[in-house]
Amino acid sequence: MAFEWIKIPYALLTLFIVVNYGMLLGALMQKIAARVGRRHGVPIWQNYADLIKNYGLRTSITHGVMFYLGPVFRLSGGVGLLLFVPTIYGSEMFSNLSFAGDLILALYFVFFGTLGMALGAGESGHPHAAIGVSRGLAQVTAAELPFALAVFAVALQYQTLSITDIVAAQQGGVENWTLFTNPLAVAAAMLAFLGSMMRPPFDVVLAPQEIPIGPPTEYHSSYLALMQTNRAIFPIAKIVVYMNLFFGGAATWPVFFLKVFCIYLVSVFVGVVFPRFRVEQSIRWFLVWAVPLGVLAILLV
Amino acid sequence: MHALYDRLKALFPVGEFTEQRSNLAFVTLPGAYLRPALLHLRDREGFTHLVLLTAVDWIEQGQFQLTYLLSNRAENRDIGLRVMLPRLGTVMASIHDLWPTAATYQRELREMFGIDFPDSPGVYEEFILEGWNDIPPYRRDFDTLQYAQDSYAQRPGRETRDPESHMKQQLYPGKG
Amino acid sequence: MKRDPMHFIKPELMPRKVKGPDGVEFEVEPLRDYFCDAPPTVQHGAYLKIVEDFFNWARAQSLWILGFGTGCGAIEMRPLMTPRFDAYRYGIQWRPTARQANLLVISGYLSTKTLKRAIRAYEQMQNPKYVVGLGSCTINGGMYWDSYNTIKCLDQYLPVDLYITGCMPRPEALLQGFEDLKKLIRAGQAEGANRYAENFTWYKANQKQVIHDWDMPDYNW
Ligand code: SF4
Repeated sequence: MAFEWIKIPYALLTLFIVVNYGMLLGALMQKIAARVGRRHGVPIWQNYADLIKNYGLRTSITHGVMFYLGPVFRLSGGVGLLLFVPTIYGSEMFSNLSFAGDLILALYFVFFGTLGMALGAGESGHPHAAIGVSRGLAQVTAAELPFALAVFAVALQYQTLSITDIVAAQQGGVENWTLFTNPLAVAAAMLAFLGSMMRPPFDVVLAPQEIPIGPPTEYHSSYLALMQTNRAIFPIAKIVVYMNLFFGGAATWPVFFLKVFCIYLVSVFVGVVFPRFRVEQSIRWFLVWAVPLGVLAILLV
Repeated sequence: MHALYDRLKALFPVGEFTEQRSNLAFVTLPGAYLRPALLHLRDREGFTHLVLLTAVDWIEQGQFQLTYLLSNRAENRDIGLRVMLPRLGTVMASIHDLWPTAATYQRELREMFGIDFPDSPGVYEEFILEGWNDIPPYRRDFDTLQYAQDSYAQRPGRETRDPESHMKQQLYPGKG
Repeated sequence: MKRDPMHFIKPELMPRKVKGPDGVEFEVEPLRDYFCDAPPTVQHGAYLKIVEDFFNWARAQSLWILGFGTGCGAIEMRPLMTPRFDAYRYGIQWRPTARQANLLVISGYLSTKTLKRAIRAYEQMQNPKYVVGLGSCTINGGMYWDSYNTIKCLDQYLPVDLYITGCMPRPEALLQGFEDLKKLIRAGQAEGANRYAENFTWYKANQKQVIHDWDMPDYNW
């Protein structure tokens, strides 16, 4: 199949929609969490103001080349994940650059951003950043394990590595979703999902009250703004993967918005109810509860 | 507490005795006997906790008073040992080997009063003040106000009022 | 008991000889070699007024306070996060690192020791940045007017944009103060960082006059 250049503007359009949706959704989730605490929470456009503010700062300092590249890697992790996964199933416009082996690539991109962050934060030379990164890598690795197992289970189940094919296999009614055809894999993946959303109880890496804010301690102005953009894209991109693999994908934008919102809400619900885990606790939790589920899912397929 | 005082009197040349409450008393004793007295109180009388170590500047008598306040948790009693020292070139033996916390108190006393505890660990390091370049500020011959006026830029126009009369003026003008 | 300034320099900051891994000995002077102390420069806003206004709107809408409390007033900042006052809905958030914050709230009396840290924190923040002085202690010394180790007049040492009076100001007063600060920012009048850069020598001289053990670079980037 020849490469169609029209895909590039389409992909950019997807990106644009997702960034804005991610920013609004992020603020909305903050508001929901605030309502649980009987607060009003941030205004819905707060993320935009923060972003513009950070781009508008007049000075910035650097700690070296990797310090520049850290946020860039992180952002490319988010964007890459989004672009290589079909956002809207069956739409020529929004299937992006997905191809046959894209499941493996998606798995790789999920991890890519964290690694980039580790390099950048390491260069910043701040001890808090180093501690935060080592915590973050440990926790993400532990959370990634059940997710990878679940993904393999799904791949085995549908005998394909193409996300488009997996979504296609789930069409035609709710009962065809992986959620119902392979509940164990979904359960394992959802537990992993909690861990990778950086919300309580697994937010010890980024929580401002812990080792001050973790990896991005030294990041500011445009660097931070880049990372904020990623903060808007990445959860959505990850949720898109989940949606495609487990919840039947989305055929239109409204369905997409709704499903992403609901999946996001899962992590928020868990987050407002449970207190924060320390890293070693959360790793143990993943290994004890999520990994066996994933293994079972593979065995039972 | 009187019984305790009598027992102490049999062992050490203790001086003045002040009973503040039924479970709090102060005893004065010479500095040379402080250590045996502390050991006795700690090991025989059950005063195992050093509550605080502080100093008072009796500038008129030319003396510093060190107060070692000990507590007996089991019997809920406190006793303070007072040691009077000359104000000039004050040196006192350290007791950090009896209570490690004493080292911190001694460091503070060195900094704020200029009382020296030669063997105490870290006693010459800065404790609270950084870069202090005057006489120790808790000595009473240190003029705080003068120092503040000399060292810090002041905002002109500051005035002090007596709160009571000022509020009366504000709330009930014209009434006495 | 006057001591010379070198007395206060910590051993790790002393000029000394070190031996590199390749066996070559060389001299280091940590304060000069390890830190950059180029003085700050005046930063101009965007060329187009409308762009700058837009940025100012965003800046006013997103005040990130450095979580750094001095003195009693710090206790009045905490309630702002609680449901009762909920400062988040005004776009006010707390940041644990100076790099990301753009508002330094000096929340009460400032001992010279803390002043040193406050200066460091302030200088690590990025232009534009704002300083709010909280309580009468920052204005004229308050009830610490005759204390031997607190400064009496904050604007001698840091470029203050706004004072909030009271001892201590209530959280409502703080919110009102932040709203006033927003007005200043939107009007483009909160250029403390540039004032600091313009009068850098004056501020430094004032700071060094009260901080006797100056053992850091002249500007902490
Ligand atoms: S103004 Fe009052 S409340 Fe504030 S720091 Fe000073 S003494 Fe404390």
